[in-house]
Amino acid sequence: MMASSYNAKEEDGRNSNSSTHGGAAVAKSKKPDNTAFKQQRLPAWQPILTAGNVLPAFFVIGLIFIPIGIGLYVTSNNIREIEIDYTGSESGSPCNDCSTNFTWNTTTPCICTVNFTLNQPFEGNVYMYYGLSNFYQNHRRYVKSRDDSQLNGNIKSLKEPSKECEPYRTDPVTKKPIAPCGAIANSLFNDTLELFHNEPNGRTTAVPLAKRGIAWYTDRTVKFRNPVGDNLSEVFKDTEKPMNWMKPVYELDPSDPENNGFINEDFIVWMRTAALPTFRKLYRIIHKNSSSTLTLPSGSYTLKVAYNYPVSSFDGRKRMILSTISWMGGKNPFLGIAYITVGSICFFLGVVLLIIHHKYDSRNNSADIPN
Amino acid sequence: MLWLVFADFIPWNINSFYLLLFLSLHSLFCHQCTGEEIWVDSRTVYIGHKEPPPGAEAYIPQRYPDNRIVSSKYTFWNFIPKNLFEQFRRIANFYFLLIFLVQLIIDTPTSPVTSGLPLFFVITVTAIKQGYEDWLRHKADCSINECPVDVVQQGNVARTQSHKLRVGDIVMVREDETFPCDLIFLSSSRDDGTCYVTTTSLDGESSHKTYYAVPDTMAFKTEQEVDSLHATIECEQPQPDLYKFVGRINIYKDKEEPVSRTLGAENLLLRGATLKNTKHIYAVAVYTGMETKMALNYQSKSQKRSAVEKSMNAFLIVYLCILISKALINTVLKYAWQWLPDRDEPWYNHRTENERQRHVVIRAFTDFLAFMVLFNYIIPVSMYVTVEMQKFLGSYFITWDEEMFDEELGQGAQVNTSDLNEELGQVEYVFTDKTGTLTENNMEFIECCVDGNVYIPHAICNGQILSAASSIDMIDSSPGGYRRYEDLFFRALCLCHTVQVKEEETVDGIKRGIHQGKPTSFYISSSPDEVALVEGMKRLGYTYLRLKDNYMEILNKDDEIERFELLHVLNFDSVRRRMSVIVKSISGEYLLFCKGADSSIFPRVVSGKVEQVKAHVEQNAVEGLRTLCVAYRRLSESEYLEACHYLTEAKLALQDREHRLAQAYDVIERDLVLLGATAVEDRLQEKAADTIESLHKAGIKVWVLTGDKMETAAATCYASKLFRRSTQILELTKKRTKEQSLHDVLFELNRTVIRQRSMSGGFRPWELQRDLSRNMSMILEAHVGIGIMGKEGRQAARNSDYAIPKFKHLKKMLLVHGHYYYIRIAELVQYFFYKNVCFIFPQFLYQFFCGFSQQPLYDTAYLTLYNISFTSLPILLYSLVEQHVTIDALKRDPSLYRDIAKNSLLRWPVFLYWTCLGVFDAVIFFFGAYFLFDNTTFTSNGQMFGNWTFGTLIFTVLVFTVTLKLALDTRHWTWINHFVIWGSLLFYVIFSLLWGGIIWPFLNYQRMYYVFMQMLSSGPAWLSIILLITVSLLPDVIKKVLCRAICPTATERAQVGPL
Repeated sequence: MMASSYNAKEEDGRNSNSSTHGGAAVAKSKKPDNTAFKQQRLPAWQPILTAGNVLPAFFVIGLIFIPIGIGLYVTSNNIREIEIDYTGSESGSPCNDCSTNFTWNTTTPCICTVNFTLNQPFEGNVYMYYGLSNFYQNHRRYVKSRDDSQLNGNIKSLKEPSKECEPYRTDPVTKKPIAPCGAIANSLFNDTLELFHNEPNGRTTAVPLAKRGIAWYTDRTVKFRNPVGDNLSEVFKDTEKPMNWMKPVYELDPSDPENNGFINEDFIVWMRTAALPTFRKLYRIIHKNSSSTLTLPSGSYTLKVAYNYPVSSFDGRKRMILSTISWMGGKNPFLGIAYITVGSICFFLGVVLLIIHHKYDSRNNSADIPN
Repeated sequence: MLWLVFADFIPWNINSFYLLLFLSLHSLFCHQCTGEEIWVDSRTVYIGHKEPPPGAEAYIPQRYPDNRIVSSKYTFWNFIPKNLFEQFRRIANFYFLLIFLVQLIIDTPTSPVTSGLPLFFVITVTAIKQGYEDWLRHKADCSINECPVDVVQQGNVARTQSHKLRVGDIVMVREDETFPCDLIFLSSSRDDGTCYVTTTSLDGESSHKTYYAVPDTMAFKTEQEVDSLHATIECEQPQPDLYKFVGRINIYKDKEEPVSRTLGAENLLLRGATLKNTKHIYAVAVYTGMETKMALNYQSKSQKRSAVEKSMNAFLIVYLCILISKALINTVLKYAWQWLPDRDEPWYNHRTENERQRHVVIRAFTDFLAFMVLFNYIIPVSMYVTVEMQKFLGSYFITWDEEMFDEELGQGAQVNTSDLNEELGQVEYVFTDKTGTLTENNMEFIECCVDGNVYIPHAICNGQILSAASSIDMIDSSPGGYRRYEDLFFRALCLCHTVQVKEEETVDGIKRGIHQGKPTSFYISSSPDEVALVEGMKRLGYTYLRLKDNYMEILNKDDEIERFELLHVLNFDSVRRRMSVIVKSISGEYLLFCKGADSSIFPRVVSGKVEQVKAHVEQNAVEGLRTLCVAYRRLSESEYLEACHYLTEAKLALQDREHRLAQAYDVIERDLVLLGATAVEDRLQEKAADTIESLHKAGIKVWVLTGDKMETAAATCYASKLFRRSTQILELTKKRTKEQSLHDVLFELNRTVIRQRSMSGGFRPWELQRDLSRNMSMILEAHVGIGIMGKEGRQAARNSDYAIPKFKHLKKMLLVHGHYYYIRIAELVQYFFYKNVCFIFPQFLYQFFCGFSQQPLYDTAYLTLYNISFTSLPILLYSLVEQHVTIDALKRDPSLYRDIAKNSLLRWPVFLYWTCLGVFDAVIFFFGAYFLFDNTTFTSNGQMFGNWTFGTLIFTVLVFTVTLKLALDTRHWTWINHFVIWGSLLFYVIFSLLWGGIIWPFLNYQRMYYVFMQMLSSGPAWLSIILLITVSLLPDVIKKVLCRAICPTATERAQVGPL
């Protein structure tokens, strides 16, 4: 209201003494609007980071982080985890034979067994992982060597896989397209791991390993899909299995017809490339049985490995990991320690700042007084 | 207000017009052009397209461009190619184009989209801006080209459009119309063959400049008569020099020898000026369209680069080196690492046959390029466009500033170039002109001294101007005996000037003459001093009435009209620093009256009370008054004829005219008899002293450049608090020394504000000024030009980078706006580099864990959008509205300005700090995520995450950290800041949810499917994100707090509260 009346007045003043002219410089002089934005006087909150007001923040962070850290640390420590390295590169280790005598194109897998003891029982669901080291699943050439639309059940991509899959795109002999194509699929982890419990009474019982539920739900249901067709072997008729595979994709799990083709969960898990060269992947789940509280009682166990996967050529290691899981995942002391450390640092800094604040503030005040 | 900012780009309408002002000045001061005159090949213009009579000359029909003005750079058709070409000439754009091409050609880790899209975005934004500006130019061109013009054809006036005008057309221009092209003035509706021209509409210069028709064509008063004119004009081909025009008109009369008259700049009406006080004129077009002087003078302003831009480029080079060394290191390491064939090609990961066959050198080179591509985002692609937008949008705050709006002028501050906003915060030296800049340029006659006796008009008494009678009493009261000198003195001042009398009350523009005596007359002159003098004479009883038929009429104190025939005017120029008139009195005496600066008069004086006058002049000067000396010389008939001869000869000369005129003046103006001196006061502008004091406190050195007497200058300096009582004054009086020292000092300066004022005043600090303008390289060294709009003459304002209405506004301009712009852009630049280090350094570290395979850490979408959408708006907004200290505090405490002096926020240590902070944050991001991911499960259902989750986790921490870092730096949280900062974080989250939420049919990979959601469903991911963000921000917070606590800067103290 004020501004508009001002403008009107200004206009009058201008018109009375401005000359008539053509040219561009008409309407050039207008009093600027008196708005808060244009005058850069918008109301604003003006926080300052001073020792005084950062102090409480540090203490609060310290007080929050330290308990969280302790909680995380305790939780992590309560998690049972055991790692069994069965690479067999060292002579005398159980799988040494399999490792050294490895040849491609054998039909009979090399079997080796590893015995180990659980000193403490594992409660709740136990998760069985296989771990690989020095395996560069995150190599660029490797990561991109897949065809997501083929894996999504696209018939066209099944017949004609993406160029990215080279040199695992077509079979060099039959010239048929490979399904699933690409380096990732080709190098699918194919050791078979079985776990036996050597009970104190001498009996050896197989531990039931669940194959389902190891892959992301969304991957299994949406991202990976089999091509449409009644019979999977019919659908994959014109394709070739990856070169390193023993069985075609539709026969990955003979025991469960729903777990074949691209939606095989072992396959899906493998297809999610790991971030780092040392990684683990979920292999099986040992569900807690309703009858007893202990899923894996302490005692002696035997791991039976069908040794198909060569890692010695690139100095890799193979591991089997058994782990329980808490709300925060597997064993990971780092997070807890990090929280405790950061919390402590914040607390410490808070104290330091308190001293500084006290010292310099009084000094500043005393310095200001003469002014 | 749009046009203000676009001024840079609409040369036609705005920028070049200021040059016009020099037109009238040309006749006054164009002395230094002598010797440079080159008579380029001439053109012959046939007035009315009539062939010359046979035998005179061969008729050569010549082709000239039409009167179409084209200031636009592009046409509809060539816009895209031409604009693209122009844009890719910029190094940064070209760099990204190269990266893009490399991505297209070789197999690179990231898709071409990642650099193509940001580049496209940047190019599009710039193209839209430039296209819009060009559209404005087109519009402006169009309105100019279609302006109606009256052309005389077959004795009738026909109306046509401006762009149809041809060279040789006779044009009729009516009062208040603008000249459509460069015209030679033929005749006017005024009897004396003069016309008045003003450039008010263009630049606010309200004084009316007089132009003269050639005497031989003056008589052609009607269309028919003009049409019957048979003449040709020979003149030089168009030249950009506005001060200069050399030509000749040949008028053919029946059976007579053709009459030849010279034409000078006083005959040439330039395009863009407006006719005033003259009913109509006839003139013939000589230069049209793009050949008009104004068009030739259009050139884009030299690109001044600000200190910030230089720092920015230096940083950019550092980053480029970092980029190249990163790529080199990685390439070397890659080949060292994959020396073992099982690492290079393990059984699970073979190369294709093609790749295998490639030579190792080619492979290594491709790898190097691929690394370059992978890390190229470290060069902030959007920085240039953000900086440009910041400058462009930010400059609106200057034009919007109400406090810098002047009610009297009806104008606020102007921004002619937004490139130098931040440079306003880096000013170390202010060079200011005295007259009109420090002072109001509103002259008032104070006193005069005739032969040792002082006369004071006593004009103002209780705000009322006393009548002439009482002034006469004053004169009468002074001791008599020198009546003759007195009479001569007053007559000299009444006659020796170029003042015009405006006899109507409807004066357009700003009134110069003080309304006085007769209600209907004003004095108008390009020099306010002259007006003040004539006004002063009027108050002393001698009223200059008018110039009629070459007779100047004076009403003397006895109310008698005296008439003097005006024979010659020896115009003022800045080299001579004096002007003269030669008049013939009724009694037949030839008299030469001369007035000028004391230094230019005294050496030429042969008699008179020199000592007394000198003493008085010095005394006046000490009081800060502007002094002039008046002298005369009586000419005998023969002397007069001789002088006449010199003058006409010089005036008719086609070559070296200025030089010869100067020689003629030199010969004529000598052996003078000193009459007396005058003193005129030019008051200081309001708050000038306060402003200078503030600038002082801000650590800015203020230089006043003036041509006044030393004492006048010193007095002004004391008044304006530039000098204090304690100041020791070093006098460098020898001219040589002065120049030398000035040069030495000036060359050492980095940042300079040269404040150039209109050159219209009669008496100028010319030597220095000339030195300055001669040493263009020096001025271009690095400076911001701020013009003051002042009352008249705004060419300085147009010429400058910024213009403010009053000197006092300089305070807010520098101390507030300059300060803000500087801290804003400094943060912008540093932040841009910081956020890109944070962005790319984890990717560099990742190479060590993926076999140097150039595997990108982040998804393509994140790589693409990081700079253009996730992190762009908060910093842009910050750089527009941040106020680390309140406006009031900045104004209250000018010393805060010292905190940012010498580019303090962009020095290498600061840059190093930001870069280290970026590297630290990047290391925290990467290794934090690394240790969290290392060999463990992240979810409560035992499922594992892959590399894309790893990257997304880092990216999420990155986006949040970088945005929160800016939030920590923000001290002025308006609702817009809240909106943009939280909004952009929210946008990131929403985008990520959407991007991972569906299977995108057009993508050939679905790597991001549900990655973000899965990550959010994991508790440890949340915890680690929070932890990593906290750790990354911690050092910066601690540094800030400690610095503030231990050694707070003045700015930080001011932030806490009012001192």
